[in-house]
Amino acid sequence: MELTTVWFLLIAVLWIGYFVLEGFDFGVGILLRVLGRNEPERRAVITTIGPVWDGNEVWLITAAGATFAAFPEWYATLFSGFYLPLLAILVALIIRGVGLEYRGKRDDLAWRDRWDWVITVGSVLPAFVWGLTFANQVRGVPLDAGFEYVGSLADQFNLYAVLGGVAFTAMFVTHGAIFLALRTTDDLRLRANRVAALSGGVTVVLVAGWLGWTLGLRGTVASGIVSALALVALLAGLVANRVRREGWAFAGTAAAIALAVTSLFVAMWPAVLPSTLDPAWSLTVTNAASTAYTLKILTVVAAIFTPLVLLYQGWTYWVFRKRVMVAA
Amino acid sequence: MDTLDLARWQFAITTVYHFFFVPVTLSLVALVAGLQTAWYRTGKEKYLRLTKFYGKLFLINIAMGVVTGLVQEFQFGMNWSDYSRFVGDVFGAPLALEGLLAFFLESTFIGLWMFGWDRLPKGVHLACIWMVVLGTQLSAYFILAANSWMQNPVGFRYNAERGRAELTDIGAVLTNKVVLVTYPHTIFAAFMVGGAFVAGVAIWHLFRRPGTDVGAFRTALRLGAVTVLIAGAGVALSGDQQGKVMTEVQPMKMAAAEALYESEQPASFSIFTVGTLDGSREVFSLKVPYLLSFLGTGSIDGEVKGINPLQESYEKLYGPGSYKPNIPLTYWTFRLMIGVGMASTAIAVWALWATRRGREPNKWLALTALPLPLLPLVANCFGWIFTETGRQPWLVFGMLPTSAGVSPGTTSAEVITSLAVFTLLYGVLAVVEVKLMFRSIRAGLPDVDPEPVADEQALPLSFAY
Repeated sequence: MELTTVWFLLIAVLWIGYFVLEGFDFGVGILLRVLGRNEPERRAVITTIGPVWDGNEVWLITAAGATFAAFPEWYATLFSGFYLPLLAILVALIIRGVGLEYRGKRDDLAWRDRWDWVITVGSVLPAFVWGLTFANQVRGVPLDAGFEYVGSLADQFNLYAVLGGVAFTAMFVTHGAIFLALRTTDDLRLRANRVAALSGGVTVVLVAGWLGWTLGLRGTVASGIVSALALVALLAGLVANRVRREGWAFAGTAAAIALAVTSLFVAMWPAVLPSTLDPAWSLTVTNAASTAYTLKILTVVAAIFTPLVLLYQGWTYWVFRKRVMVAA
Repeated sequence: MDTLDLARWQFAITTVYHFFFVPVTLSLVALVAGLQTAWYRTGKEKYLRLTKFYGKLFLINIAMGVVTGLVQEFQFGMNWSDYSRFVGDVFGAPLALEGLLAFFLESTFIGLWMFGWDRLPKGVHLACIWMVVLGTQLSAYFILAANSWMQNPVGFRYNAERGRAELTDIGAVLTNKVVLVTYPHTIFAAFMVGGAFVAGVAIWHLFRRPGTDVGAFRTALRLGAVTVLIAGAGVALSGDQQGKVMTEVQPMKMAAAEALYESEQPASFSIFTVGTLDGSREVFSLKVPYLLSFLGTGSIDGEVKGINPLQESYEKLYGPGSYKPNIPLTYWTFRLMIGVGMASTAIAVWALWATRRGREPNKWLALTALPLPLLPLVANCFGWIFTETGRQPWLVFGMLPTSAGVSPGTTSAEVITSLAVFTLLYGVLAVVEVKLMFRSIRAGLPDVDPEPVADEQALPLSFAY
């Protein structure tokens, strides 16, 4: 396989890993005030993601870093073109991270309440904006002959992309609710289960509509099949949630997110950032890529260290596998 | 101001702010790991309490380091897209390695350490914090390798057709002579910050709350002061090496550091100079003869090139234009870096002397030590401002001027927006972080419960949240 294709796949894998992992901690953050009715409950909700959210976020840092290294043109055009959405994501992730770390550092209910709001906002904003950004990426953006973004911010708020943002958010909320049902006990677990069923219904409609629209815009047979599988996984997850098989339910939403994001990458390939002005001006895996030498080095390093990272991140989830109880 | 100036201001502000947290994190995690190791080996309660106390301060600090680091990675693409296009093939590699090798290690094992106190066997839990230490060190190495490439580009060829630098030798990039001297210098400088922080907090406690936890805080004080002392020596030695490499690969930066307009042989080092504002003419100067020659070349009568002859030779090489950095800025930041750093070492020596054989810190030491944690940090920042502004007008020395790296499609309005947002946000967060730090410092050493909880698996985590 061409190294450019390998790196297209690897970057897709990094984004998938990011959305599957940070997806549930965004969901947990969004539901913090919905499911956590008092301080002990909120503390339990936060504790479910406490040991892992920071590691989840590194998937983003690595996805961005790998894009910079493997496809500098893609990185440069995407990040400068989506300047304000990315600024919003940065601000959200900054306040959210500080909130998660600082809320418990003072024994003061007002202090914690304020940070809980920050965590909620900091979780919903990136969920939506990532959906918006990815939708625009698949749809294509106005790129000129020099691969420079020539559109405006208003262009990025087209109906299709906004729907993408909403669909992403809904997926993460459901994913997070199921994660909470999986990781808590008693009343909290029951309520999380119910919220998952509720938001799950909405999510199915939104995701089906949005993936269908995506197929109409830029679909292939392969991306159509993957999209369909995403929906099947989502439905299976919701059924498992219904019968309180929470592990299977979580696997279902995780697979649904992974497949949905895969379908976007499949639909784009071999473009990484299609141009709406002239297909010839699209950034592709070939014209955006680094040299074969750089890609070779990156491949060797990734081949050695990615399994290692998966191993010790997996171990973290194993260490903290016990359900979190609400403190009496 | 145009987009270029705004983007430069934003980079300067976000980077210096990010760097407030970096050296503290780098060194404090190692000192905490050392304290925990001491507890593991001796079983003495004071080490455990110190580990938890300084560990909490470390966590407060790294939270800010992590979230502000995200901005660093994103703004290469956001504000400096043409730079990213030009260097991505080379610069991207160490950055990606940093993510894959260092950041995963740091963040995952911090989570395990923070939450694993009661769930992991003691030895495994201790190993977790050492993994974080390893992660921070790797992270520092890769990012400094990336930065050093901008100071002294090696291991690449220029592809004129694509208008970019392309990697030909990753080994050369990772063993760039600049990174080999910059890494130890940065790490030692970071340990001055962490040592000063540990010692400063301990002195404050001993003075403000005489009688409480004297034994533990004396240990912390002396640990911190010894760290500053050793690290201070390391900074001086590695800085000397760095000066020689700098004179070789970036002679203009060395000349600017000394505001040396004409070549001199032997060259003297001016400790203090009153001159015209641009430094072109001196009114009064206090000089140490031969010192600059020694710093720059290793021999007391080596020739150090001056700004004017260098400017002439660069014009021949790169075409017309000014190749001088901001001279007063480089001149003063270079001096302040050295001066402030030396002052903090002196305070550490005094603190060691004043607390010898069971003596309590007196009022004068306590007052002097108040700013102690900040001094090496300030010196660190001056050092970075010096080395980054000293590279100007180049982004990649000799290859890519700063003005050519800025995003062509980004508007001033966008940069103004983000500059304003970051400045405001960082200001608010600074207040929150400092307040939280003071609060945790005032709270003093935590009590440790020697009795294990019956069903500790089920409890929400006391230490972290």
